[in-house]
Order: sequence, then C-alpha cells, then structure tokens
Amino acid sequence: MMPVLLTTDILILLLVAVVTGFAWYARRQPHLREPWRRVLQSRMGMASLVVLLAFIVTGLLDTLHFREALPDNAQLPSHEQHYSVEVLSVLDVLLSDMRTHVEKTYSAPFATHLFTKETIELPGGGVVREYPRLQWGGAHLEDPARDLLADVLRRSSLALAETLVFMWMVSAGLGWWLKRRGSLVAEAGLKDLWRGRTELPWQVALSTLTVIVLGVCLVINLGGHYHILGTDKVGQDVFYQAVKSIRTGLVIGTLTTLVMLPFAIMLGITAGFFQGWIDDVIQYLYTTLNSIPGVLLIAAAVLMVDVYISTHPDVFETAVERADIRLLFLCIILGVSSWTGLCRLLRGESIKLRELDYVQAAQAFGVGHGTIMIRHILPNVMHIVLIAVVLDFSGLVLAEAVLSYIGVGVDPSMNSWGNMINRARLEMARDPMVWWSLLGAFLFMFALVLAANLFSDAVRDAFDPRLRQRS
Amino acid sequence: MWAYIIRRLLYALPILLGVNLITFVLFFVVNTPDDMARMQLGMKRVTPEAIQSWKAERGYDKPVVYNASAQGLERITDTIFFQKSMRLFLLDFGRSDSGRDISADIRERMFPSLALAIPSLLVGMLVYVSFAGLLAFFRGTYLDLSGVVLCVVLMSISGLFYIIVGQYLVGKLLHLVPISGYESGWLAFKFIILPVVIAVVASVGGNSRFYRSIFLEEMNRDYVRTSRAKGVAENRVMFRHVLKNSLIPILTNVVAVLPLLFMGSLIMESFFGIPGLGSYTIEAIQGQDFAIVRSMVFLGSVLYILGLILTDISYTLVDPRVRLS
Repeated sequence: MMPVLLTTDILILLLVAVVTGFAWYARRQPHLREPWRRVLQSRMGMASLVVLLAFIVTGLLDTLHFREALPDNAQLPSHEQHYSVEVLSVLDVLLSDMRTHVEKTYSAPFATHLFTKETIELPGGGVVREYPRLQWGGAHLEDPARDLLADVLRRSSLALAETLVFMWMVSAGLGWWLKRRGSLVAEAGLKDLWRGRTELPWQVALSTLTVIVLGVCLVINLGGHYHILGTDKVGQDVFYQAVKSIRTGLVIGTLTTLVMLPFAIMLGITAGFFQGWIDDVIQYLYTTLNSIPGVLLIAAAVLMVDVYISTHPDVFETAVERADIRLLFLCIILGVSSWTGLCRLLRGESIKLRELDYVQAAQAFGVGHGTIMIRHILPNVMHIVLIAVVLDFSGLVLAEAVLSYIGVGVDPSMNSWGNMINRARLEMARDPMVWWSLLGAFLFMFALVLAANLFSDAVRDAFDPRLRQRS
Repeated sequence: MWAYIIRRLLYALPILLGVNLITFVLFFVVNTPDDMARMQLGMKRVTPEAIQSWKAERGYDKPVVYNASAQGLERITDTIFFQKSMRLFLLDFGRSDSGRDISADIRERMFPSLALAIPSLLVGMLVYVSFAGLLAFFRGTYLDLSGVVLCVVLMSISGLFYIIVGQYLVGKLLHLVPISGYESGWLAFKFIILPVVIAVVASVGGNSRFYRSIFLEEMNRDYVRTSRAKGVAENRVMFRHVLKNSLIPILTNVVAVLPLLFMGSLIMESFFGIPGLGSYTIEAIQGQDFAIVRSMVFLGSVLYILGLILTDISYTLVDPRVRLS
C-alpha cells in the first residue's frame, strides 16, 4: 500500500491542523472560549454542529488516499513492488461493497430487477423480453416478490437495535464524563442528560447523533445487499456517489475561503490602516475585480485552465491527479472572485479601529505599523472574518452545482453533486422518470447546506457584538 | 449633479481598462493563440498551417502588444491587444470565433432576456417585501418563527432543484405551460410565466430573511419609539414610517442590479430555452467561443459600474441626508 497525497489532501490536512491548533489555544483563552460556548448553548448550533461533524468525518475519511499494492507478478524479472493506478481512499474501503457492486444500467432504489427490459434466453431454448434480476441488488433473495419486504424490515430492525445499543453506550459514557467534570446540575446522572437539564444542550446533540447513527447502521445493514438509492446509467451505486461527493462539496466550501483569506485580510487591513494612495490602489483593485460578473470570470479562467490541461496532457500522472488540480484551480478562482466583499468590510472596520485610543496610544509609544496591525487590529476584526467564512460556506456548496451545470465546475470524472445532477438531468425525459440520482444529490446537498446555514446563524448570533447588545 | 456623473464616468475608465487587462492576460498571455487554435482544431489533425490559417481567419495572427514590422501609430494599433481589447471601449465587439457579428447578436438577444428579467424582478420584489413585512409585523410570534424557519429551509435548497422539479410538475405532469422555448411578442407570456414563478420561489428564502432584518433594524430606531410614545397607531407607524424608511436600502440595492438585467440569467435561460444573452453566454462557454466570452465580460463590467453610479444617484434622490461630493 502506498499513501497518496493529492494537493487538496495536503491543504485539507493543513486546515485541520490549523483548526485543531486554534481550538487547543482557544480553550485556554476565556475571551475566545466564551462566544464558542454561546454557539454550543444554542440548540440549533449544537444540532447543526453534530451534522456538520458527521459530514466532515466522512470527508476526512475520503481524504486519506492510497494506491493498493499489486500482487507479486512472477513473470516480471525485478522484485520491485508495483502499485495499482487506481487511487482509493479509506472511505472507498469502508464502502467497498457499494463501490464494486456495479450493475448493467439503471435500477430503482431497493430494486431486485433492472429498470430496462432485456432479451433473456430460456434454458430450454427460446427467448423472452423481461426485466432481468440484478447481479447484486437483492441477489440473496430466493423469491424477491415474496421475501423483499420481510428481508428489508428484518435488516432495518437489526439496524435499529444496533443504534439503540450504541446510543445507550454513548450517553452512558457522556453522563459519566459530565458527572466527573461536575457539569451536571443535579446528581441524578443520566436522567438529567435526557431531560436536557445540562448546561450545554447535550440532549439535542444526542438526539441528532441518534438519527445519524441510525442512518449509518441502516447503510451498514442494507448497503451490501441492496442499492439504497438505485444505480445510475452505467450501473454505479447512486448512494456511493452521493457519499463520495461530500468531500468535493467540503473542499469547495472550505479551501476557497482558505485561499482568499490571506488576500482579503492583508489588503483590507492595510487599506483601512494606511489610507491615502495605498487605500486608493487597493480599492481600485477590488472594484475592478468585483466589476467582472463572477460567473463569467470563473468561466473565463476555467476555460483557460482547460486549454492548459488539454495542451499539456503529460504533466499529470493519473486522472485523479488531473481532476484534483482542476478542483484546486476552481477553488482559487472562486476565491479570487469572492474576496472583495470581505476586503471591503475589513477596510471599513480598520478605518474605525485605527482612530481608537489604544491604537493611538500604541502609535504614540512608537510601535511599528506591522505590529499594530497584527497585535491590535487583526484580533479585533477576526469576528468579521469568522462570520464571513461561515456565511460563505453554504453559498459555495450551492455554487458548485450550478457551475458544474454550466460546464465550468469540477472535472466531469470527479464525484460531485453538481455532476450527478447534470448527468441525471438528461434522463428527465424518460418515462417513467429516473429520479433517484437527483434525489440523492439534492438530499445530501440539502442536509449539508441546511446544517451550514443554521450553524452560521448560531455563529453570527454569538460573535456579532451588535446582536449581543440588543438581546 | 451632472458634474458628479461625468466625474464618476471618468473614474470608470481606469476600472474598465483594468478589466480589459485582466481578460487580455487571461485569454492571450496565459495561453497563447496557438494553444487556443490547437484546442479548437482538436489534438489529432493539428498542423502548423492549420493553426496559422485558424489564427489568420480570426485576426489572432498579429503580435500581442507591439508590432515591430508596422509603421508609425500602427505599431500600437495593429496588434491583438488593440484590435481585440481596446476596441471594446467603442462597444465594437467584432466577430465571434465562429464568424458571427456579436453586436447584432447582443441587440437581438437583449429583449428575451429583459422579458424574463424584468417580470422576475418586479414580482419578486413585491413578494419578498410583503412577506418580509408580514414577518416583521408579527415579530416574536410563532408566525414569525415558522416563517424564518421556512426561509432558511427554502434558501438551503439548490436553485437547480426548483427548476427541475418545477419543470417536471408544471410542464410535464400538469401540462399547463410548455417546458421550454420562446416566441416574440405577447405570445412570450406562456413561456415566461413558469421561469418567473420559479425564479421568485427560488430566491424568496434568502431575500425575505434579509429584508426582514432590514425592517427589524428600522423598527428599533428611536423615531419609531417616539411615534409610538406619541400614540401613533401601530398600522400608521408600520406603513408610514418603517416601511418608507426600510425601502431606502432595499430600493438602492435593486437599482444596483438594474443594468445587469440586460445580461439575463444564465441558468434560467438555458434551462427554459429562452434565446437571451444568458443562454448566449452559456453556449459560448460550452462551445469555447472566446471572443463572445470576452465581450460579455466587458459588457457585464460596464453594466456593473453603471449600476454603482445609479445607486449613488438614487441615494441622493430618496435620502436627503446623503449629498454627492
């Protein structure tokens, strides 16, 4: 096994490291901890955070890539280890049943037969036009018409039982932990936890987690034997595609902001702090970029990347690498076209901050410009940055689908909700309609975006000083 | 006033020059015309002669910024930069890579775009403002709470979902209106109505929530409290004072996007087969017609700057506290 680090993998791991480092640092700083506590105290904030964490864990599992070692080939003279050209991730291994169970073409969710008729030769001679049995979906059933419902129900109730046992263990552990920290209000233990008599709404977190765990258990029990969301045109499992698309959505939502943040922060603060001609130049820069319609700038830049990729095919080793570079470019371009709003906000705030007494005092003491900007202005605009980052996330995830539809989104070979919608759109004309690809993509996208929107509301309420005063 | 407008228009020139430079760098420096020709001709049957003739047909065979072989002023003017980029300032878009007259196309396709964009804007504003006003009027009640939850749910759904489901339900199941197509004149009505409804529904969540927060901000002002203390009826406070003052930021926001209505909506137009500028742009992107994309980038920037100027002017018209300087 050979680990593979794609460019976006490195950036994601870097981001995870930065966030973990910041969380570790913030734990000891009361003024940083306080707003985050307020986020968690709101029930919406807690519930949406749990959902987001589930998405993030899935995305991270899909980020650990490797290439499998090929079995030793005796015919080859050298004993060098060879690796498969296919790049897999840990998530692929976990979902390997779904990944490898490829049918011939469309099949509906939980179907046991193909969606289209085929000519089948009867064993005794002669042919009939019939819906053939699926190769994998429900293949273990003797008589699908009779056994299907009972089998699905049996497996679902098994999943329910597993969920209950697991959640009982989790809440017992949580109760023990809270008790040890002395966070439980009364000494009654688990009862307080279930009735919501805790400082943070752990009850909400546990119920959200129950729903997620139930989903996971259902997938574990059913995913290997049925196609939960059917199969697409080439017979691939739709549920598998939708899960694989999570990483793409998260990468677009987070790396884009990561790319744009340094520019927006640096230029915004510099413009507001120095004013004069520096301000003019920076304002000119962002007005110019802003005045190009976003979609067109992205389209123009992606077209140029396409030209580059198609005229330099030898730069990339595998198809996955090429798709990955294209994804990174898309993030950079999206970042370039979206940093201007944040930059303007930061400029305005810095103009206000530079007139404040403590900044004036620092200047009077002869503190350098750079130090003032980093020590005194930057920490005081961070709440704006944070709110902007969280607010942008959901918009970016939605934008990916639209851009892929226009043809300037991620690489067509990459799993993404936009690509799934785009491919399924062509099947709209079919009668009866193939709806499960659309359903899968929209459902996953909706869950992620809704969670992100609710979370960003909680973050904004907790961090925006204006809102805090009012309530 | 006029002096201000003229000064703003002059300020716009360097910005447009910057836009031009960016597109020029994107289209001619990052990738040379040779690369583009190779891409357009396909990888297989590429010969140096084919590339040369492709470039010559479209005028890409000149030097990029400086023509050493020409005389006098032509050293500057007889170049790709001048011919392809600077002429956009005269709104002379030239010919597309497939040989069509871009200016004529734009003039022709402008009207279907407007036919879709203007009703969407008007109906949308009416719906968003009344919905937001309703929520703000009943602030703090369960009506307000459920309305806000509905808004968040609506804005979390992808716009493509509304289009696909709307087309399927209304067009294919109920057969009320044609799914796509366009006719000029009054017959356009039946093609326009579904996209307008979908466009309004798709953005009702985000906009209503935003307008509600504007309303609420206005309702917390001192003058509202004063008028309530004086004993002004709640209805009168809401409609005479709050609504009127909240409309200032809302209207100026709308004015900013007015010029961009010409560009049409990329997604709606291409999904519903409306031959406007939005679908024109999408076709150009998918057909990799760089000349059209370049022209649309420039046109979009001009309209955006126009929108900025209009916003400033409209501020002075509706808000006497703001003075142009």
